[in-house]
Amino acid sequence: MIGSLGGLLRRAWTHPSGRWGALALVVLALVAVAAPPLLPDPAEMPDAVLGATPPSLAHPLGTDQLNRDMLARVVVGGRISLSVAVLAVLVSLTLGAAVGLVAGYAGGWVDAILMRGVDAALAIPRLFVLLLLLVVWEHIPLGALILVIGTTGWFATSRLVRGEVLRLRHEPFVTASEALGATGWRTIARHLLPNAAGPLLVAATLGVGDVILLEAGLSFLGLGVQPPTPSWGGMVLEARPLIVTAPWTAIFPGAAIVLTVLSVNLLGDALQAALDPRGA
Amino acid sequence: MIRWLVRRTLQAAATFAIALLLLFVLMRLAPGDPLSRLVGDRDVSAAEIEQLRRRFGVDQPLLIQLQAFLAGAARGDLGVSIEHFPDRVTTLLASRLPATLLLGGVVLLLNFTVGIWLGVRQAVRRGSRFDRWTGRLALAAYAMPGFWLGLVLVAFLSLRWRLLPAAQMTDPLLPAGADGLTRALDILRHLALPALTLSLTSIALTMRHQRAAMLSVFRLDFVTAARARGLSEKRVRWGHAWRNTLVPMLTLLGLWLPVLVSGSVFVESVFNWPGLGSLAAQAIAARDYPVLLGTATLVSGAVVFAGLAADLGYALADPRVRPS
Amino acid sequence: MSDLLEVQDLRIRFPAPGGGVSCPVDGVSLRLARGETLALVGESGSGKSLTALALLRLVPPPGVIDPASRIVLEGVNLLELQGEALRAIRGGRIGLVFQDAMTSLNPVISIGEQVRETVAAHRTLRGKEARERAIALLDEVGMPGASTRYRAYPHELSGGLRQRALIAIALAGEPDVLIADEPTTALDVTVQAQILELLDQLRTSRGMAVLLISHDLGLVAGRADRVAVMYAGQIVEEASTSRLFRSPSHPYTRALFGSIPRLDGAVDRLVPIAGAVPLPDAWPPACRFHPRCPEVLARCSIETPPVVPLAPGEMSRCWLLVKGAR
Repeated sequence: MIGSLGGLLRRAWTHPSGRWGALALVVLALVAVAAPPLLPDPAEMPDAVLGATPPSLAHPLGTDQLNRDMLARVVVGGRISLSVAVLAVLVSLTLGAAVGLVAGYAGGWVDAILMRGVDAALAIPRLFVLLLLLVVWEHIPLGALILVIGTTGWFATSRLVRGEVLRLRHEPFVTASEALGATGWRTIARHLLPNAAGPLLVAATLGVGDVILLEAGLSFLGLGVQPPTPSWGGMVLEARPLIVTAPWTAIFPGAAIVLTVLSVNLLGDALQAALDPRGA
Repeated sequence: MIRWLVRRTLQAAATFAIALLLLFVLMRLAPGDPLSRLVGDRDVSAAEIEQLRRRFGVDQPLLIQLQAFLAGAARGDLGVSIEHFPDRVTTLLASRLPATLLLGGVVLLLNFTVGIWLGVRQAVRRGSRFDRWTGRLALAAYAMPGFWLGLVLVAFLSLRWRLLPAAQMTDPLLPAGADGLTRALDILRHLALPALTLSLTSIALTMRHQRAAMLSVFRLDFVTAARARGLSEKRVRWGHAWRNTLVPMLTLLGLWLPVLVSGSVFVESVFNWPGLGSLAAQAIAARDYPVLLGTATLVSGAVVFAGLAADLGYALADPRVRPS
Repeated sequence: MSDLLEVQDLRIRFPAPGGGVSCPVDGVSLRLARGETLALVGESGSGKSLTALALLRLVPPPGVIDPASRIVLEGVNLLELQGEALRAIRGGRIGLVFQDAMTSLNPVISIGEQVRETVAAHRTLRGKEARERAIALLDEVGMPGASTRYRAYPHELSGGLRQRALIAIALAGEPDVLIADEPTTALDVTVQAQILELLDQLRTSRGMAVLLISHDLGLVAGRADRVAVMYAGQIVEEASTSRLFRSPSHPYTRALFGSIPRLDGAVDRLVPIAGAVPLPDAWPPACRFHPRCPEVLARCSIETPPVVPLAPGEMSRCWLLVKGAR
């Protein structure tokens, strides 16, 4: 499986846009991890009376309405947004794979019920599910938020995994090994991973982009990451009244979202193309 | 054909019913009390709380509540708004629906004309600079949060440069006797920015689907065969190749609705466009649960219906699929 | 009979994997006169279909036709045509009946409409007239119930009827040359005969020239005036049908005959040709058939055999025919 994934990554690297995406992501991740100690404290308000100041040498991205350094806030916000996204996607992947495996292997009415449920869940736009859950949950802790977002995003993955399991089930080598006494479970699990790893990686990568946008939207509505923890969406919300007088307070967090999501999507695209070379 | 249609409709109804069940469960899952917001910090007696609970039906056992909810939904009754009490949720939804339909309709139109045309052009000029850069630009637009793009556009195009209105659907200062054309133009001017925002952030979806579908069709024998007959390139491209992408593009139509609906929550609230999206956003701020639930129900119903319509569309577009 | 179509030294180049160039069609020359049927025979991989596509300038990218090639239709070099002039040739002067009717017909458009639009593309007929002409064409190709079948979709028809529809489409532009690429491969034996009979009829009734492409020598026996045998991108023998069948002059042709089962019991064992058809990126040096040739000489692997003219319009590429070559 590592081999096939490695091959996939190598082929994705040959894509120019994929390369840019991957590089940008690495840089972003590095900045998010390593930069905060080098930057001023995002909560520090040197001269609150001054309010928002435009970009300058001291504050490359300016300051927000409470005179907090924008660069520091954007970077720390990035840390939050990226970790939420990655962790939530991991939750979705695990749940989706589990359900998909069960549905595909068990078949029969278990499969039917599960897939009916998935169909119905897919009918409700993800945003609305989250809105309904979060509206009443005031001041949701970050961990719970990650879980909540993760549990709303596994449906498509379960379909994918189920499809793979079904396909493998009918492969002659599975029935052959079953005849030899090996449990179908083990065979499928062993062969499932290499086959599904590629599509799953693509889905996960694109999923990270989706979650970043989703979380930003939720924070913009006041439902996601709660202040004072900085988040990109939350920063745009706070910047809304200043949009004309101090546009940089809204522009930079948004631009950070665009950059990150774009990089993730470019990488996901390259991976997708590497999976199916004809489709480019 | 009729039998298939009936069967498919029943399936859709079943899916919708399960979705309703899920929605109800969601509502009860969240910790916290929807009524607490209404009460706020006021000192309320136990009796008054009990009265409130009775009014909104939350004093009944869960199963009864579920029954009431499902029965109500079947009747078309989605309860009463908390914030706009005693307005019925359905009344509120109905009053806001036209604005969203207008916005959504225009966005769909833009997407399925410009988006399709661009996607086809990309496929025809595959690998060219146009192909690569249009794709990248579309992807960059797709990465923009709708609320952010909307805010930026409002800040510059409306507030700073005063090119287009900043909010709402109509100009409140419009004279009462203004004729139809003036009114229509006024609405159009207000429609421009929200429609532009929603379209830009979603056009990548249409373009990529169309591009991919065209590329896979181009490879097929009958396209070369059509050229061999001496048909014009235009006819080959649109009459033969593109005509065969209608089915994969129908899949897109089904995907579109959730995207449109979710996007409109943000875009409508940024532009104060009086549609379902801003209704939902306001309901969030006011913790108006019945309204939120009602909107979610309506939207889910629409998604299920859209799926049904798409299936019907498949049968019409591809003669091979028609069940006899 | 003057030549209607003349192909001189047709060469098609493709980039080969790992750099370099391969020529799946490598110096093909043909002549076709009005009213005659020329059969182009060869195994799959010999380059027959590509040759047909080249005549309509429809070589799939990244293939290109070598600029030194010439394809002349009644005095006009087709390789110099562009845009509208080229489009007019396709279907209008040269018609191509593709091999697989199921994949060559647009699945979502009725067959009648596909005929009609071709008619409209080449004649100045519109609307109802074009439709009537389409129905007449379907009739001409022996489609029963042409006016009702007009609305049928390809998947609703049997293989034979689909092939007839394809022929009707190819005729819609009133071409002078009809290329039929393996017109019977996907069909039952009984239907095969019908289709070939139809093509013959159309040739005489319309005064067309027909290029019949096939891998089946037996098929062309009663149908063609002349036969060109193709191997590894080249014509290795060209002769009148009767002469070819009576005394084939090229070892490959002889080997082809030896591998055909015959009902008159003249052959007691089928002798398949040893080895496999070479690939374009690895043509054998000198004579391309030499690795499989049962009559190979030492010279054949060193020096490329010349084109040996036999009778007028007949040739063979073989050292065995050159006096003193042994």
